Amino acid sequence: MSEHPTSTGKGTGADAANLGTSGHRRRKLSPEEVAAMEEKIRKVEVAISLVLRIGVTLSVLVIAVGLGMMFAHHAEYTSINGHFSYKSLTSPSTPFPHSLRGLVYSLEHGDGRGVVVLGIFLLILTPVLRVAVGVVSFMYEKDLPMTLVTLFVLVVLVGSFFLAGA
Amino acid sequence: MTPLLFVISLALISIAGGVIGSLVGLGGGVVIVPTLTIIYGVTIRLAIGASIISVIATSSGAASAYVREKMTNLRAGMFLEIATTTGAVSGAYLTTLLPDRFLFLLFGLVLAYSAIATYRKRHSAEPLTVSHDRIANYFNLHGSYYDTAEKKEVSYKVVHSQLGLFLMYIAGLVSALLGIGSGALKVPAMDSAMHLPMKVSTATSNFMIGVTAAASAGVYFVRGQIDPVIAAPVAAGVLLGALFGAKILPRVTSKTVRIAFVVVLVVVSLEMLQRGAFPGSAHHAIPVNR
Repeated sequence: MSEHPTSTGKGTGADAANLGTSGHRRRKLSPEEVAAMEEKIRKVEVAISLVLRIGVTLSVLVIAVGLGMMFAHHAEYTSINGHFSYKSLTSPSTPFPHSLRGLVYSLEHGDGRGVVVLGIFLLILTPVLRVAVGVVSFMYEKDLPMTLVTLFVLVVLVGSFFLAGA
Repeated sequence: MTPLLFVISLALISIAGGVIGSLVGLGGGVVIVPTLTIIYGVTIRLAIGASIISVIATSSGAASAYVREKMTNLRAGMFLEIATTTGAVSGAYLTTLLPDRFLFLLFGLVLAYSAIATYRKRHSAEPLTVSHDRIANYFNLHGSYYDTAEKKEVSYKVVHSQLGLFLMYIAGLVSALLGIGSGALKVPAMDSAMHLPMKVSTATSNFMIGVTAAASAGVYFVRGQIDPVIAAPVAAGVLLGALFGAKILPRVTSKTVRIAFVVVLVVVSLEMLQRGAFPGSAHHAIPVNR
């Protein structure tokens, strides 16, 4: 991916106006075009920022609901002077869902920890979704090199989940 | 301690992890792993699972603000993710030829060296104005940001993209193999090798670590390393802390960020050396039962 004959397209004179905008360009842009380009970039930034914010908020809400359910179902977890130690929930032998089937099972039985895992799933998926939004945004910008770059990252990410066999 | 107290106290400590992690671009794991293993007596296996979640939470939480404020170099970050994700995936499946003990010692030393290199660069903060790097020019990885502390727009050029890609691959590999050090190599790769300004380096590292962590999160989940009772307060606390940290970064000087990064890097380096020197704790680092 290193050698590219078109990489000389940008002169240093136009750089100040082109900072942060997309790659190779053969002619100098008019101020209107630069403004339009910056507007597009801004939209990409806002879109990515929004995706991250929504993903994060949603996952934290689901995690909170899951924790609430867990404590509501187990009175012994919450008493201040109780003898029930957290260690029985955090020891290496503690059972908790760690496969999709286990997750579905625990959700069907109304287990709060299953809901927490669902929220954690949403959190893990947020960066993946962010990369996907990047692909679409660069396509919209008609920036082929960056579209391919982000598409590659997306394929590796999605592939990593299938390789894990979750 | 009851589970309720555990959840509340861990969430509060995680807030600090989120603030520090988002400022220096390393994610919350730096604080979370020692807290869980030393204070709460959780095994390193589950602590690393929680650390992966904290890294994703720090990254997504702070990046939503950094991207909006142009602190993150989106293009450079997304470009370098080619190498980090590939490294993370290959690391998760690589049965190491070298014992982890050796890896911990090696990377402990590498991080100690990059801490020194980063510290020595503290006076030469001027960004580059010219770049002859063909990759950086082709993909237009250069950028600019408004520095609130210096009250001016800072433009910068990126160089040595190939070296950057190589270091990012190693960073992805190491984070998947050892479970820590995700951003510890990313920040020096961008700051020292590619000449991005320090604050942009930590913000961009912060942006990238979520994707690197997500690439190995599936494996950690299937291995049963992500315990919901530990991960829930960590995720919530770290997120809150990261949002707070994102408000601080634009206002502090690059030099302050650099010093904070060096201090954290020294701690991580010592942590790695300690795990290499005392294999009793180190051999849990790579979970054996897949």
